[in-house]
Amino acid sequence: MNNEVSATGPQHSFDAMDVGIRGIIDRSCREVVLFWYASSVVWLMFGSALALIASVKMHTPGFLADSEWLTFGRVRPAHLNTMIYGWASMSGMGTLLWLMARLCKIRLPWREGLILAAFYWNAMVAIGTWQILSGKGTSIEWIEFPWWISIPLGATFAVLIALTIKMLRERREKHLYVSQWYLFGSTIWFPFLYIGATVLIHSPVAIGVAKGTANWWFAHNVLGLWLTPIGLASAYYFIPKVLGRPIHSYYLSIIGFWTLALFYNWAGTHHLIGGPLPAWLVTVGTVGSMMMFVPVITVAVNHHLTMVGHFSKLRVSPTLRFIVFGAMSYTVVSVQGSLQALRTINETSHFTHYTIAHAHLGVYSFFTMISFGSMYYIMPRLVKREWISSRLIKVHFWCCSIGILMYWVGLTVGGWLQGMWMNNPDIPFMEIVGRMLPYLWSRSVAGTLMTIGHVSFGILVWKMLRREGEWLVEPTLFVSRKEAAEASFAQSPALAGANE
Amino acid sequence: MNRIPLIMGGVLATVIASLFGLVLIPNMQFKEMQPKEIVQADGSTVMYPVELDDFREAPGKEVYRAMGCVYCHSQQVRPEGFGADIDRGWGQRRSVPRDYVLQDPPLLGTMRTGPDLANIGVRQPSDEWHLLHLYDPQITSPGSVMPPFTFLFETTVGDRPQPPLGSPVIELPTTYASETTWIVPDQRALSLVAYLKSLAQSFEMEEVQ
Repeated sequence: MNNEVSATGPQHSFDAMDVGIRGIIDRSCREVVLFWYASSVVWLMFGSALALIASVKMHTPGFLADSEWLTFGRVRPAHLNTMIYGWASMSGMGTLLWLMARLCKIRLPWREGLILAAFYWNAMVAIGTWQILSGKGTSIEWIEFPWWISIPLGATFAVLIALTIKMLRERREKHLYVSQWYLFGSTIWFPFLYIGATVLIHSPVAIGVAKGTANWWFAHNVLGLWLTPIGLASAYYFIPKVLGRPIHSYYLSIIGFWTLALFYNWAGTHHLIGGPLPAWLVTVGTVGSMMMFVPVITVAVNHHLTMVGHFSKLRVSPTLRFIVFGAMSYTVVSVQGSLQALRTINETSHFTHYTIAHAHLGVYSFFTMISFGSMYYIMPRLVKREWISSRLIKVHFWCCSIGILMYWVGLTVGGWLQGMWMNNPDIPFMEIVGRMLPYLWSRSVAGTLMTIGHVSFGILVWKMLRREGEWLVEPTLFVSRKEAAEASFAQSPALAGANE
Repeated sequence: MNRIPLIMGGVLATVIASLFGLVLIPNMQFKEMQPKEIVQADGSTVMYPVELDDFREAPGKEVYRAMGCVYCHSQQVRPEGFGADIDRGWGQRRSVPRDYVLQDPPLLGTMRTGPDLANIGVRQPSDEWHLLHLYDPQITSPGSVMPPFTFLFETTVGDRPQPPLGSPVIELPTTYASETTWIVPDQRALSLVAYLKSLAQSFEMEEVQ
């Protein structure tokens, strides 16, 4: 552990002046971050409804079949795009802005502009989703919005990049913490990828299957270079913050960042293994995926060694519990993803529900859970009120965690079997369709559970925005204060109230 | 690690490198591939691949996209010995880059909830089969989980309707409908079927290393 450097990390300081500064910074973020957050939760509800419709349609094709707008091939991409660009991106943006302000130790600039940007972003996602449902989607996975939506969406980042550079230049904390690199990187990566891929796919620049590789270069990196950096930045911030101890190693975090930047880029073509590509191109994707073991293990070790000896605190802090769940999922999903890029495994897993399970492990179990955890920490500090019910937080956590576990197990097992059956030409295709039904049902049950969790969260956020909670003196915990104190948690800053 | 330009430069360099490596360099390779003249057994020549016609096939591809068929159907045949695509009869040979040089964009797909369609035009040449299957997959493939596309048809119970010029009228099988029922496909259904029937990866093609 390098105390000298890591001491400038986000762990708690009891300095009275710092407490005051944090209060001022949080106040400057209030309207902006709350608006991005509130919008994201609305999209989460809408995306969950679309998810359930799509899931039921997979085993009961007659469900809502008379409506052209609700045919499976439209509801499914509408679900993906509302979740990625509505829920995940908007909640990520809220967290990004708050983390940047806190870590730079300056007030959030351009607040009116950022609220306008949120209105604009909402409008674009709404129009894009409407385009998909009305049949104008592009059928290019993850880039279903028409080009005249995706380019203006990507262009929003001109503001965000300028803002991040401005904040970094004006920062009052000289040391840049690892979270800031990730956040800064993501604001540059995402628009480059989104606008780049849109141009390549909708113009004659790329031809034939090069449009396919452009598609997966982008789609794989939406998770890898947009959502993952925000998720990791949050984990790097909140785990030390809630525990009140520095991150284990500064150097590991540098290695983790740059290896992620180097290798994640190249992994995308593993989505096209066995496809009509030059052999070398697929090999490159497989090598990139294998190299991903380096950043993943680095981050996992760093987080684990920060947590070690403090796992009992998962019982107490909602933020910590969601974030550690997410951080552990990051390790699992990344290892799984690398293995899936091996030809022998891909031969079975490709074209099946196994991939769908994997995608949800990434965007949901990793990113979404971390987003929930971040919001549990940040929102009370913005509103100066406490969450109204620790029971509802528990419902939220258990519904979502059991839901995603069931989702993942059901479709991973089902998808693997599906792949084995499809690779055995003696089993008729229609028989495989029939054998898959129980697994598809398990997804609908799991999805219902997750949606119940989302509704609980929605209620909590609604009550928070209406300021119905207690004045923030002490944060909502899963256990009583007495038990928390017994868990030797009382000295930890996360328990010390709003201004800490 | 406190220098902003350094981080920004590194971050951009990594993503630009992969853009070249994964998209732009292979794209140069594909740009050299033009449709090829094939000499058939009887001495006549044909070009492959062929452009979709503007009357039905190209609009049909747009219907395929609008209905999101790609979310359950791939259009790529994996090589012999990798999966069972060829053994299942989804193609005679693996798909190669040249098959897609005229497709804008190619709809390769990543999911096989339903079977691969790279050669559906060869495997299932009947218009009537396609129309009944689209109207309700349960008619032709009982147990299918494909959604019915009844909204692409005019359904009439009783007397045979007078269809617009060029539209077929199909009677639903009595095993499916209890009363005499006729369906007339709309323009979109006809286009979609024309597109599906155009899907064929014929002729031997070289692989690309």
